[in-house]
Amino acid sequence: MQISMTVNGNDVTSEIEPRVLLVHYIREVLGLTGTHWGCDTSNCGTCVVLMDGQPVKSCTVLAAMAAGHDIRTVEGLATGGTLDPVQQGFMEEHGLQCGFCTPGMMLTARALLDKNPHPDDTEIRQAISGQICRCTGYATIVRSVQWAAAHPAGHGLDDAPATDYSAGTGLDGTDTAVPDVATETAETGTEVKA
Amino acid sequence: MQIPAPFDYVRATSVDNALELLARYGPESRVVAGGHSLLPMMKLRLSRPEWLIDINDLYELDFILRDGNKLRVGALTRHTTLLESDEVAALFPIVRDAELVIADPVVRNRGTIGGSLCQADPAEDLSTVCDVLAAEAVIRGPRGERILSMSEFHRGPYETAVGQDELLCELRFGIRPRTGSAYEKVERRVGDWAVGAAGAAVTLAADGTVDDAAVGLTALGLDHLVADAAAVLRGRRPDEELFAQAGRLAAAACDPVADQRGPVDYKRHLADELTQRVLRRACARAAQMQEG
Repeated sequence: MQISMTVNGNDVTSEIEPRVLLVHYIREVLGLTGTHWGCDTSNCGTCVVLMDGQPVKSCTVLAAMAAGHDIRTVEGLATGGTLDPVQQGFMEEHGLQCGFCTPGMMLTARALLDKNPHPDDTEIRQAISGQICRCTGYATIVRSVQWAAAHPAGHGLDDAPATDYSAGTGLDGTDTAVPDVATETAETGTEVKA
Repeated sequence: MQIPAPFDYVRATSVDNALELLARYGPESRVVAGGHSLLPMMKLRLSRPEWLIDINDLYELDFILRDGNKLRVGALTRHTTLLESDEVAALFPIVRDAELVIADPVVRNRGTIGGSLCQADPAEDLSTVCDVLAAEAVIRGPRGERILSMSEFHRGPYETAVGQDELLCELRFGIRPRTGSAYEKVERRVGDWAVGAAGAAVTLAADGTVDDAAVGLTALGLDHLVADAAAVLRGRRPDEELFAQAGRLAAAACDPVADQRGPVDYKRHLADELTQRVLRRACARAAQMQEG
């Protein structure tokens, strides 16, 4: 069957089997692999995308059911080369470790902030309660969303220049370059490669 | 990778159209709304419809409407909409209590009240809520519309009175003065099925005694209201002793099975304790409504 929808502002049309799930359509047909495919049973929430602005678990929505709707994936968070404040928050507050849950977490956070620009910690925890971070980094995820709530324009014009992580210089001018771990731990005799 | 068996997909454009499609494609067709019960079953090949009739475009079934002394709720109303409705929370606080613990916020964006009721999972919360509130189910089919009580609607686990060629269209809740309601669930983690849950609705008489009451249990092996609860509560002034008595009744009436969520005696304890809690809260809310 033929389906059409909007994905990250682009109109897409494809010929698919009716049984194709939205997560596989996004990843395999559209090639947008930022949406992760996890438990397949609508438990883990890593496959969350926004459908008409609302978070949905794309492993439990047929691509056919999404036809005619507006889909936003993690690739659609940044606009014009500028990261969404939620993405900046996850960088500032170390909101990810392995990163597997991150796309879903960020999209749910975006939807929450669109609806409630100043959520308290409980509201954030409730919003992400259907999503699992197996690194158990929930505290930093909550802080990341709070960072985004406190910086609705991200690193805006009135703010200090956005962090350029490649240059190794932080917002406050301190050195954020990755330390030479092997050297620093040499005294303890532990061999660690950075 | 879990993928459903092949099927053909068609999107209904109206209730009449959905009924036509159900008649045309017959017993091998299934209606899908939120899909968060049906699609997992299709992925596991426990369900293999040949035709999937998508009713998500039937916005005519997505409404919450005050109609005299009834609140009418369309079958396609999403859990999130029910949860966020202040009107529903004011009239039937049990609905907000339950919606807060149904699945998780993302699943609630898709799941519908009609889908939950038609799925008729024994651990499903809204079936108990509708029982306790003595809701009516409005069903449409080729022979017209029929309105069923909840006891007529329920047929047992995963089975309802909705015929293959019919569609559940609406739930109706009677609005009663001086009435409070509450729901409480124990679950292992967010989104898991209930270990056990209880719901209650209490109507107080002008003198503060109980005029009418209903107690229901979820996932505890009782597919109808706790029969003697109303009889025990009626005419009595609500107090802790009365709640304890009702709790013991609920524990005796239930018939839980031991599983990975807990042994039988623990689940009986839940029936007792949760019944007391929801009655306490329902009575307090009814009294508040009386004063207000």
